[in-house]
Amino acid sequence: MQENNIKFLEDTFKKYYFDHFDLIRVPNRTSEREFGFQKFNSGMTRHISIKDDKELHLLLMKNTPSDVYCSNACYSFPNLPMNEKDWKEADLIFDIDAKDLNLECRKDHTISKCNECNEISTNVNNCSKCNSIKLEKKSLPCKNCINSSKNEVSKLSNILIEDFGVQQNDIHVYFSGNEGFHVYVYNSQFQQLGSKERSELTDYIMFHGAIPETFGMKKIKPNRSTFPDFDEKGWRGRFSKEVYGAKSKRSKIITELIVNGYSSFQKTLDNLSDKIGAKIDPNVTMDIHRIFRLPGSLNSKSGLTKVFCTDLTKFDPYIEASFLNEKLVEVIANCPIRFNLKNTKFGPYFNEKVSIPTFAAAYMICKKLATIS
Amino acid sequence: MLELGADEYAKYPFMADAGQYLKDKGFPLVKFGTDPDLKPSVEKAFHRLKVSTEGGIYKSELIDGQASKSYILEIEVFSFLLAIVLIKLTGMHTLTKRFALAEARRAEQHLERDLGKASDKSKVDLAIKIIHDLFGIEVIKRDDFFEIPVADYLKHSVSFHEREWKLINRYVKDGKVLLTPEKTVRLIRKELGTYIGSKIINAPTPPMIPGFENMVNELISICKKLTPSYTMTTGEYPPCIKHAIEVLEKGENLPHSGRFMLAAFLLSKGQSVEEIAPLFKNAPDYNQRITLYQLNHLAGTSGSGTQYSCPSCEKLKTQNLCFAIPECDNIINPIQFGKKRI
Repeated sequence: MQENNIKFLEDTFKKYYFDHFDLIRVPNRTSEREFGFQKFNSGMTRHISIKDDKELHLLLMKNTPSDVYCSNACYSFPNLPMNEKDWKEADLIFDIDAKDLNLECRKDHTISKCNECNEISTNVNNCSKCNSIKLEKKSLPCKNCINSSKNEVSKLSNILIEDFGVQQNDIHVYFSGNEGFHVYVYNSQFQQLGSKERSELTDYIMFHGAIPETFGMKKIKPNRSTFPDFDEKGWRGRFSKEVYGAKSKRSKIITELIVNGYSSFQKTLDNLSDKIGAKIDPNVTMDIHRIFRLPGSLNSKSGLTKVFCTDLTKFDPYIEASFLNEKLVEVIANCPIRFNLKNTKFGPYFNEKVSIPTFAAAYMICKKLATIS
Repeated sequence: MLELGADEYAKYPFMADAGQYLKDKGFPLVKFGTDPDLKPSVEKAFHRLKVSTEGGIYKSELIDGQASKSYILEIEVFSFLLAIVLIKLTGMHTLTKRFALAEARRAEQHLERDLGKASDKSKVDLAIKIIHDLFGIEVIKRDDFFEIPVADYLKHSVSFHEREWKLINRYVKDGKVLLTPEKTVRLIRKELGTYIGSKIINAPTPPMIPGFENMVNELISICKKLTPSYTMTTGEYPPCIKHAIEVLEKGENLPHSGRFMLAAFLLSKGQSVEEIAPLFKNAPDYNQRITLYQLNHLAGTSGSGTQYSCPSCEKLKTQNLCFAIPECDNIINPIQFGKKRI
């Protein structure tokens, strides 16, 4: 990134951390967590330990980071190298990202920046100018992306509460600051589980690896199968609702399932993952040593805040996660797609000089779709 | 510690009190080599071991889980302890493993029967207590099922490869997994084996007992035959690796987890960082410096020094990186693909 853009973002981020420190949620057991940060145009600094709020504030003011992270794990010695930290336990965290949902709308708001000639286009496969396939893709998520992600969060919460016995108030949902949500689970029986066990949890949540027998289908003599009832708890109930549609259709559909046989039933189950499984990123949940974006901090991919969602249904990230100031700045914008921030429409811009509020300028500069003029 | 009755000693001779049992009876070990009255116990121990080397489970003389006569009880407990002595004298690790597994499966049968006893609450409670005291699992009986916290279930089932053990294939409700007595006990088989194995490993090795030599020698020769002859490989890459290479060759994006798999696989096949690096050249975000840094990290030549191993097939399935073909049957890691025992 160019120097003047970095300077602009650094000044803007610094002001944010000065004005909005109250938004930053210092995690519990602060001194047992590993912190890390990145600066614009430079690598990651991690294995940092912090005592309290004050120390964190100081770190943010001193370094003006582009991104700040904190571990989900608690360690005896968070500042030592990985294998000497002495892992104790880790919060269970889920990442739901609109880019993993394979949504139809995505192609309508994805922009490609060519790594060879810097051309910006809406063509997603190859550069429209030099035909290179080395493209960096930037997405400006739309309402549908956010609503679909919210839907996945609801599916996940439902499974956590009903199947895993997690209390509703121990589930905290945050907007990630870019394209999705981070769901934190506190005080659960899963705190001390390792990576492999968490991977099993993710398969459960995603409805991966189900076998016909679990749903009563017999390999030998399938006509003796007994299928789940409509009102059953857990996956058996969710299966019934999805496959039968309505109670009245149960017997007709069961007859079909039996006629189609065991391997067809397996296919039905495999296809169901996409519909009834919650679409989480399994790698994130499996990782018990990861450092996650700190709640309340800014996301350098957008300039938006990772913010706590008190009411997910009503939550609008483009209003509630945009905290940067409104001072006007001049930028050269090359953003062929329109976007909405703080109830204001911006763009499309075709390589033109515009005077816009800082929050919108930062959004585009972070997405590499504008530069300070 | 648990208070066990005489029948329980015979069923679960590996419980700590069983060792005390031999001492209390006042039998010095050397006597077993020479005293004809004690010979049946030694013969039983030898038989117990032989059965385990054949992959079988030794059948005790208990009737419905009860030691009908006191001498049977003695033989049951003595033969277990003497089997351990014989294992120590052979010094064969294979024997430890096979015996521990066989004894775990034998105890498993008893535990399962005890847990399933609807009419005898004390037997059920004792079985639940054994599971809790030895393995720290909180089991609650509810109607015909046993409830186990999901986290405990996962800790124990995670090493099972059969798909029916995946959490998704279990009845899960309110943070608990519901299991039958059979499944409850199967869940701790490995730990039961590990527990018995650790008892054997930690037992002191006595000097050779006169009268035991022939048995020890025979056991050693049985173990030597059990050691598998080695494997040949076809050299063919598994489909997941082929797919990853194809994706990269096409210049498409391979997710981080896929790159990790490919690099770890090739490193474990003996390829060098320099040989592997060019594979990533077509990746849309290729950066030579970062690629080499990451590969060296994986190989353990930089960073913490840990050499990373290729993820298991199970993990790759979760990450949507598995493209299994029939030849993949029965392997649990891509590294095993194409290996045949000869």
